[in-house]
Amino acid sequence: MSNGESKRVIIIGAGQAGGEAAQRLRQGGFTGDITLIGEEPHPPYQRPPLSKKYLAGELGMDRLLLRPASVYADERVALLLPVRAVWIDRAGKRVRLEGGRELPYDALVLALGARPRPLPIVGADLDGVYLFRTAADVDAIRRRFVAGAKLVVVGAGYIGLEAAAVARTLGLDVTVIETAVRPLARVTSPEIAGFFLDEHARQGVRFVLGAQPALIRGRSHVTGVALADDAEVPADLVIAGIGVTPETTLAQHCGLDLNNGIVTDQQCRTADPAIFAIGDCAARPMTHYDNRLQRLESVHNAIEGAKIVAAAILGHEHAAEAPWFWSDQYDLKLQIAGLFQGYDKVVLRGTPAERAFAAFYYQGPRLIAVDAVNRPGEFLGAKTLIQRGQTIAPETIADTSRTMKELVAAAGA
Amino acid sequence: MPKITYIEHSGKGHVIDAPVGQTVMEAAVKHAVPGIDADCGGACACATCHVYVDEAWLAKTGESSSMEQSMLDFANEVEDNSRLSCQIKVSDALDGLVVRLPKSQH
Repeated sequence: MSNGESKRVIIIGAGQAGGEAAQRLRQGGFTGDITLIGEEPHPPYQRPPLSKKYLAGELGMDRLLLRPASVYADERVALLLPVRAVWIDRAGKRVRLEGGRELPYDALVLALGARPRPLPIVGADLDGVYLFRTAADVDAIRRRFVAGAKLVVVGAGYIGLEAAAVARTLGLDVTVIETAVRPLARVTSPEIAGFFLDEHARQGVRFVLGAQPALIRGRSHVTGVALADDAEVPADLVIAGIGVTPETTLAQHCGLDLNNGIVTDQQCRTADPAIFAIGDCAARPMTHYDNRLQRLESVHNAIEGAKIVAAAILGHEHAAEAPWFWSDQYDLKLQIAGLFQGYDKVVLRGTPAERAFAAFYYQGPRLIAVDAVNRPGEFLGAKTLIQRGQTIAPETIADTSRTMKELVAAAGA
Repeated sequence: MPKITYIEHSGKGHVIDAPVGQTVMEAAVKHAVPGIDADCGGACACATCHVYVDEAWLAKTGESSSMEQSMLDFANEVEDNSRLSCQIKVSDALDGLVVRLPKSQH
């Protein structure tokens, strides 16, 4: 070990961020003890397929696992499942588990994830109303995912729309209720949102936009969702996809700084030099965006955090990568490079009618993000540009007579 | 179970038993073969599972889709035998497959 200090690493949270951190520490040559603590019964698994191929029944849990359960013992990673950590003693550098057992650490990694927000209305606890976060959530949903069943999705974010797409493919009757006047309002531009709205409508999804769910009806099982204007949407099952709250309780109780997530520096280190935070629960300065503090919910962010934290514990540095995301709906692959917040101009390359186009987001002359629909070249090209801090003039990007590869090469010349 | 040989850029080889129906990427990642990152987990979303298919196996591994081709356009040091390993499904016909890994996936 290069810095000769950390002999015992505890990682709280066995999601993708925690699992990758353990793996990258070992691959990087860390020889000390690693303890990985998770509240779910499964070893670390991928969450993105939960709202896609796992929900559709095309992938089983064995293929969701990041790595087979046996690998952890082989690599001397102590996997404590399902186990809850309840207290961090910063002065004594110990983590207390439910039941009272205490474990000492030299370095502690918080990969606590996020909790789905429950619907804040009467009836949210009825049978047939589901949150969407874990494999167990989706296992319960799948039992009711049968053709003809009436599904109401509350919240038109990526998870809600992905679930709606799978449901339509399986022949469910689907209504999406959204408080905002357009879907994906928090995460993309009106141009991309409008395209996905049209696609879902074409596939038979009904949208109730600008509507506030007031109450979930039913005696023991849900029968419908009543809206604030008294209209009612009948339902056999309801999925709440109204976003998540970062899991920060442990950090809060031991006095770490919070700002919509556990605040860290670029090395994912909190104000306590022995404690790091990564993944959905953490907010860190975004290297490619003037170091503004931001919390991201994505696989890439989980992997990035794992790489950064492993490097920091091993005493070297990881060069930050530009953020990226993806969403699969029907035969559409949306790939997102960068962060679009704060854009003042959007330019389309290709047209929505082709079902293959990309929206390039600019802040002044600077390219800050791209949403690419069935345009992987545009996605990867833009990711490269953002990574390098390069741009392509908005006037040029719409010119499809030049390939993305040519444009990227010209930008770097 | 079909055996697949992954050869790292350094020349180090790994022979892995790959379950039929999984992808060439999954078999590598689950056995921690260094050099295949597969950040997206096999959704053909990231182009970090780039491999070179041994010439003798090119016909058996099939054609790449246009989506895969567009992704490969932006991978590093792409050759005619470049593929994204998440898009190659393991079958009995691939028993003995040899793939080589690039220097870097990023």
